Amino acid sequence: MTPIETDPKVDTPNSRPGWLKSRQTSSRKTVSFGDSSSVRSLPLWSLISLLLVLLVWYLVTKAWGFPDDFRASVEAANKADGKRFSDANLLVECKVSDQCDESMYTQVLGPRRFPTPMDTLRGFNTLRAEGYKNISLWAHTGASLWRIVRGMFFGIIVGVPVGFSMGLSSRLRGFFDTFVEALRPVPPLALLPLFALWFGIGDRTAYFLLIFASIWIMVIAARAGVQAVNLSKVRAAYSLGASKRQVLFRVILPNALPDLFTGIRVAIGVSWGTVVAAELLGVSTGLGAMIFQARNFFRLDIMVAGIVIIALIGVLMDMLMRLLESILIPWRGKG
Amino acid sequence: MDLLVDEVDMLYDVPNGEAVQALKDVSFQLGGGRLLTLLGPSGCGKTTLLNILAGFLAPTSGTVSLGGAPITKPGPERGMVFQQGALFEWLSVNKNISFGPRMKRADRAETSAKVEDLLNTVGLQGFGDKRIYELSGGMQQRVALARCLANDPDVILMDEPLGALDALTREKMQGLVLKLWQETGKTIVLVTHSVEEALYLGDQLFVMAPRPGRIEYTYELPFAKVGLEVEPRELKSSPEFIEKREEILSLIWEMEEQIMGGGVS
Repeated sequence: MTPIETDPKVDTPNSRPGWLKSRQTSSRKTVSFGDSSSVRSLPLWSLISLLLVLLVWYLVTKAWGFPDDFRASVEAANKADGKRFSDANLLVECKVSDQCDESMYTQVLGPRRFPTPMDTLRGFNTLRAEGYKNISLWAHTGASLWRIVRGMFFGIIVGVPVGFSMGLSSRLRGFFDTFVEALRPVPPLALLPLFALWFGIGDRTAYFLLIFASIWIMVIAARAGVQAVNLSKVRAAYSLGASKRQVLFRVILPNALPDLFTGIRVAIGVSWGTVVAAELLGVSTGLGAMIFQARNFFRLDIMVAGIVIIALIGVLMDMLMRLLESILIPWRGKG
Repeated sequence: MDLLVDEVDMLYDVPNGEAVQALKDVSFQLGGGRLLTLLGPSGCGKTTLLNILAGFLAPTSGTVSLGGAPITKPGPERGMVFQQGALFEWLSVNKNISFGPRMKRADRAETSAKVEDLLNTVGLQGFGDKRIYELSGGMQQRVALARCLANDPDVILMDEPLGALDALTREKMQGLVLKLWQETGKTIVLVTHSVEEALYLGDQLFVMAPRPGRIEYTYELPFAKVGLEVEPRELKSSPEFIEKREEILSLIWEMEEQIMGGGVS
């Protein structure tokens, strides 16, 4: 479609700045309600909603935030490492002996169970400067990311060939369908207890869990990629003298790349969700482990800061994947 | 090199258990260097016939052969041009055109010289490094023609190659097809929906009829041979051309009415 010619007299450079107004061609459209092509995400409104969230967060938690003496006592208790010091430490004790009940929480914390934005920021600064429990924030983040990368690596090198074979052979489709359809709906975390028994409490369990989380997604993505190949392209390649092997690597594989990329993006999202939970069991590094440890010491500021970091990294990784996609497969959606 | 089609039958199984006769007793011999156009209402089996010639489908019975060698699978001696969507959009124009030679690991310098030559032939000089999706529909079909010619096939099979183009581009591209045919002397089989196109391009024309798919009428035509010397619009509005066009149009109308059970006009 050719862009609508805009009248230079109307769209003068000194009209409203770009981040405030919708696209120039759209500004000339008389029907925009229901025309999704004229709707985009205006950055100004995203900023407003972000500020709104922070404001509501602040107003709600200001009244219920930690009193300073509580934070001090928590920190003191943590420094004293096990010595009975305060109410907070009492809660730690009762956690360990598993005798907490709801009334003890309310007694100590009251309804104040969420840190203010400033508490969170302070928590983040502490994390950045000192880390948590002698492990730096970067080590925690790196540990989580490394687990995802390793898990996804195996998910991809096993999942993609299996998915391709399912798209190329009726026998193999039938053979693998049983596994894929039966295991795909199982949430990875449902296997956590089982894997913990098999592989022990620790790193290996998290690792296998992440392979399990990504492998089915990659199988489905690879299968979809093969099925999306236009028959004319395959026939054209054979007519041009290509062998089966050449058709596979020079037609089917590049054709499936956009679907594989989508699969990787979905798998990263799911792996990110799985890794945090997998770190609950017996590992000392990783953002998940950090949050769970902070919970045991009532460092809600650290917990919420950790959650925000997880969200930010998730967004960043998705942006990175989109960037890679636009560089590596510029033909996406243009076949 | 003759293309020989001998008593070809093609039966398709459809989901409700019946079989559809897509082709019945189709036989013909096409001499080397001819341009055959296949015309007919939808369902007459013209694309099926083309797919059999390409080796994508095996006939239920009967044989097809090129220069005495039976056709059983696709091969580089029979090039194929599709309506659209058959170019490799992840490759540049150059790499699309050189796909065939690269598959058989031909000499690189020779191939790139050939590609440059073909770009000129189809009128795309300077577009070699562009991506497929940066080109218009007409330019994409030019690439498809060049890609096919790069393999130097004996026969070129075209499945409605101009069907997706707008009317003006289509007329221009018809001239290109004629030019390529006359310059290269290749045998061409071209499937089309357009009566005008079938008449203008076809040195030989088969009108096919449906249920069962068969060749109903055959024509030997004079227009393609002079198509480049005369102004195309003039040729297409000449009394001889118009007479043939109306004759074939009414044939096809009759077939359509038989299918629809008459009535609607």
